[in-house]
Amino acid sequence: MEIIKEFRDKKITSKLVKKIKEIAPKDKVIKIMHVCGTHENTISRFGLRSLLPKTVDLIAGPGCPVCICPARDIDEIIYLSKQKDVVITTYGDMVKTPATETSLWEARTQGANVVIVYGAHDAIRYAEKHKDKKVVFFSVGFETTAPGIASEIINGLPSNFYVYSSHRLVPPAMDALLSSGEIMIDGIIAPGHVSTIIGAKPYEIFPKKYKLPVVVSGFEPLDVLFSVFLILRQIKEQDPRVENEYTRAVTYEGNKKAQEILYKAFEPVDAAWRGLGVIPKSGLELREEFDEHNARKAFEIKLEKPSLDIAPGCSCNKIMLGQIKPIECPMFGKVCTPKRPYGPCMVSDEGTCRIWYKYRDVLGN
Amino acid sequence: MCLGIPGKVIEIKGNIAVVDFGGVKKEAIISLLEDVKVGEYVIVHAGYAIEKLRPEEAEETLKLFREIEKYF
Repeated sequence: MEIIKEFRDKKITSKLVKKIKEIAPKDKVIKIMHVCGTHENTISRFGLRSLLPKTVDLIAGPGCPVCICPARDIDEIIYLSKQKDVVITTYGDMVKTPATETSLWEARTQGANVVIVYGAHDAIRYAEKHKDKKVVFFSVGFETTAPGIASEIINGLPSNFYVYSSHRLVPPAMDALLSSGEIMIDGIIAPGHVSTIIGAKPYEIFPKKYKLPVVVSGFEPLDVLFSVFLILRQIKEQDPRVENEYTRAVTYEGNKKAQEILYKAFEPVDAAWRGLGVIPKSGLELREEFDEHNARKAFEIKLEKPSLDIAPGCSCNKIMLGQIKPIECPMFGKVCTPKRPYGPCMVSDEGTCRIWYKYRDVLGN
Repeated sequence: MCLGIPGKVIEIKGNIAVVDFGGVKKEAIISLLEDVKVGEYVIVHAGYAIEKLRPEEAEETLKLFREIEKYF
């Protein structure tokens, strides 16, 4: 992948930055939101914000599936993890995320059975090797991770394998948050890998309904900078539309085979986003025909008290909406660190706080 | 978890491909894609190839970058 080096070319970067400075408004701040932890990673790691004029503000939105997974789901998984013969399999990030009282990892000291896997396929292999256990896969993620587990569901699962779905969909959530006025922005950098599956088409609603420019972007520094330029150009031309910068991986219609597989296994349902409330048709639940493998239906789950998404003093809900930056949270880097995360945004490599903490030297935090 | 990594397909065994990520070789499931061939590039996400990567499109994008001075 030698070609990738060119997407980090310094000479082109300076030319692009010059163009951005030329086209950016001088008297008004343009807020551009991305909705992907990997984009935040590129922006912070390469210090892209420092290259932009003061009138261009790049904001991280609710783009981390670990961060937006409601505490209730993690609490329920912790409950299941303590049941006889039950083993929870999930991604490393999910294990460390604090829920109402504890994380799944901490719950191990109270008898929780937890195994970290790389993906759904590994969880199934684990179930096949441990027929005496009831293996629950805590399945989280946006449109990118859902088709993988969907393909396993429709191909047939081991009888001792259950799926607890906390999958979420990006466009319905963005639509709801824009419509309620909780997000106030001037343009959207759409998530490249989510878009490989869904295509650029579902974003058409944003220029149409909100007059917002949308650019589907790749993950190299030049991809992000060029996407910023394209959004500013759309604003200048007063012609909001959907543009695709990431054509090497994303098509207008998306991966149709993956979409077909996804909706054979799952159906959209109203779903809660951590600290943001319930958003209509923004989650994925297993279709009724797979009830025997649906952990929510196969097990009786009894929580003793209501779940709490945002602990007192935590600003993750505001950070996920781009209303404040991590450094504006009094807990950031003090009470809340990757070693002892207080809120969900400090856990995953895609969490805004975790990324800002990791690159604090680059960012000058 | 959500990280998509590009790699080159070097072997195909049914629904599984061996993908070379710049020297590190790992298996990925290719059931979400149509007709994957050895030599093609794919983006792998949590163990599943989610889309093919088109080098000719990457070239086109780079061309746009190189011509940036012509815009506006």
